[in-house]
Amino acid sequence: MFNKLKPIWLVAKRELRDQLRDWRVLFPMLILTLCFPFLMNEFAKQTVDFLNQYNADLILDRLVPFSILIIGFFPITVSLVVALESFVGEKERGTIEPLLSAPFDDWQLYFGKLLVGVITPLVASYTSILLYLIMVIRLDLTMPSASVLTQLFLLTTAHAFLMVSAAIVISVQSTSVKAANLLASFIVIPVAILMQGEAVMLFWGNEQVLWLGIAGVTIIALLLIRVGIAHFQREYLLGREIDTINLKWMAKTFLLNFTGGASSILDWYKRVLGSALRRILPAVFFVTLIAGISIWASYAWIKDNVAEMIAMATPEDIAELEENISDIGELPDISEIQEHLSAPFLFLNNTRAVALIFLAGMVSFSVLGIMLYMVNIALIGGLYAFLELLGINPFPIFLAGVAPHGIFEIPALMIGSAVVLYFGAVIVTPQAGKSMGEVILELLADWAKIFIGLVVPLLAIAALIEAYISPSLLLSVMG
Amino acid sequence: MIETNDLSKQFHDFMAVDGVNLSVQGGQILALLGQNGAGKTTTVRMLTALLNPSRGSARVAGYDVVKNGHDVRASVGVLTEQHGLYMRMSALEYLDFFGQVYGLDAPERKKRSDNLLEYFGLMEAAKRRVGEYSKGMCQKLALARAMIHQPGVLLLDEPTSAMDPESARLVRDEIARLKSSSRTIVICSHNLTEVEALADKIAVIYRGKILIQGTLDELKRNVLGSPEYVVKFAEAVDSNFEMPSGVELISRTSNSLKVRVEAAEESNPKLLSMFASKNIPVVALQEETRTLEQVYLKVMAQAKGYEYVQ
Repeated sequence: MFNKLKPIWLVAKRELRDQLRDWRVLFPMLILTLCFPFLMNEFAKQTVDFLNQYNADLILDRLVPFSILIIGFFPITVSLVVALESFVGEKERGTIEPLLSAPFDDWQLYFGKLLVGVITPLVASYTSILLYLIMVIRLDLTMPSASVLTQLFLLTTAHAFLMVSAAIVISVQSTSVKAANLLASFIVIPVAILMQGEAVMLFWGNEQVLWLGIAGVTIIALLLIRVGIAHFQREYLLGREIDTINLKWMAKTFLLNFTGGASSILDWYKRVLGSALRRILPAVFFVTLIAGISIWASYAWIKDNVAEMIAMATPEDIAELEENISDIGELPDISEIQEHLSAPFLFLNNTRAVALIFLAGMVSFSVLGIMLYMVNIALIGGLYAFLELLGINPFPIFLAGVAPHGIFEIPALMIGSAVVLYFGAVIVTPQAGKSMGEVILELLADWAKIFIGLVVPLLAIAALIEAYISPSLLLSVMG
Repeated sequence: MIETNDLSKQFHDFMAVDGVNLSVQGGQILALLGQNGAGKTTTVRMLTALLNPSRGSARVAGYDVVKNGHDVRASVGVLTEQHGLYMRMSALEYLDFFGQVYGLDAPERKKRSDNLLEYFGLMEAAKRRVGEYSKGMCQKLALARAMIHQPGVLLLDEPTSAMDPESARLVRDEIARLKSSSRTIVICSHNLTEVEALADKIAVIYRGKILIQGTLDELKRNVLGSPEYVVKFAEAVDSNFEMPSGVELISRTSNSLKVRVEAAEESNPKLLSMFASKNIPVVALQEETRTLEQVYLKVMAQAKGYEYVQ
């Protein structure tokens, strides 16, 4: 085992030595590490003075963890510079070929680059955080709890792995450092949004949610590492020389996969769509399983928590609730809602939801897409439990109001989500002899086939039933 | 040992290497000749297990380049088109790094690095950053890197380019020494004089296909025809005479003639006996010099469809 890991350290050690001799890396790293704790400290002092005027103690308590998050993040940004050029930089300098010709396994080269990408920024981040903590003690500010500190260290580490692994994916797939730097915005922008979300979580002060956040970032980082290894091919590092967007090739590859050489629409449905559906069959099984779990979990949660809330509610609480409801004013006219629940509206709404699941899944290796799917499908269990709590038998309501259109809509949602799961699974799996671009285009073609050929027609039928049949059936059941 | 069978590589619509069959044994040097972009580097990259063949197969040092890529890479030493040195390292650090990559222990790395640096005259600059080296020094260091693990197979792309004549000679001598120690060597070069001096076998590649391959003599005979000899007489000769079998008269002046012979060892003694029997004094029988350059240019002219003018 040690012999297998030794080459990783060899690659990392060489590059680390190179970095320590490069003032362009060292200088910003030192500035970010040593100056930001002082700047943040000054900022904290000013903020404390300002907030003390308004007795905003809660914000003051959260200020230190937030500052640690920011301080830890800045030196990590340098990791982008190092990681982005890890492969493509060597390619430009002509040093990649001797390295690739050496007896390294792909994963050893990859992890060597990953390791060096995270070591320097993490050392800098931890140093910076420790410096700041010393200042926090000296200023007598509220020190975060050991648990929050652990979370912050883990979050900083996860950020480093997330950014470096994403940067290495870009570095392997780019043909020049310039292109890699331009593509870096695809890392910087999502990470900036992520940081905002984490800051909100920190100010909210819910540790459980923050743990989930850390788990989410870690999962995405691990998936990115997996993608990097899956699509690391010596051939593509050496083969491609020029940065051009070959729109003609892209269109040709997509269309070829989309049409599948079908001679007629019937042939397309039978052969091309059929084979795409067979490919996603394991994913359909998994989303069915996920649906079962989600429905059961939401049913159980509503049953436990809402019932408990109702049981614990005092007469005052109920009075307050009634008052709040009366404040809402009159409920909208049911005929107005009816207008909105037209077939085109329902169809567009559902189509948009499935498309959104796909988009969210595409940018997160299925994770966000499947989460959205879970939320959608969980509504069934939640609603069922809620009706039970209200003392209404949900079964006839579901049979008349949900089942007629649901037998089309739910499979459409499940198949649409299964493609997203399949998309993520294929992306993180090595595809021999294919570039990442080819793989993505083939997957997009598969999604388009299933979406246009099956999901959209199913949603159209479901919308017609939901608009014209389900309401009448529901009314007849409810009397 | 290197064996390839129908080795081919296609990049999208472009066939970079098309059906290459090569066989190089231990102790042999094969020179791959061809224009830039002919497919030499792609062939070498497939032999180094850097590129997977689109068709065909190759075995290097007994290993399949697709199935045993790791073993292939461990068994070959490669001098790449660009020297690919790390500019912030010293020569010693650089060789030590690659020595570690190839699994050599520290004393062995030190010994081999010192020997190679000494041989290539880089010892004095061994602790200087590679960034301060001249082109020739970089080339020598890259060659030392390719040799640090004493590989059984060496793939050398332009081994003496950018070198001064003295250094080039040094490198040629080292390649000859490696050949004598039963190593398999492939050289890609545009330096035809060097190839003539070193190679046992030569292959000319054009648009991914091997146009011709064989020993230098075979190539000369196949491309330029049988060897030509000039016979010089001591005085003007007017008499007519018939050429012995296996000798073809090409041209004649009063005191010289040019002939083409099928087998010099058989025909030339007969030719000299004939002149002696007719009392024609011969002062010289000399083979016409035919170079690899002539072979190469004629092969390329034929491939491109124009007439070769000597």
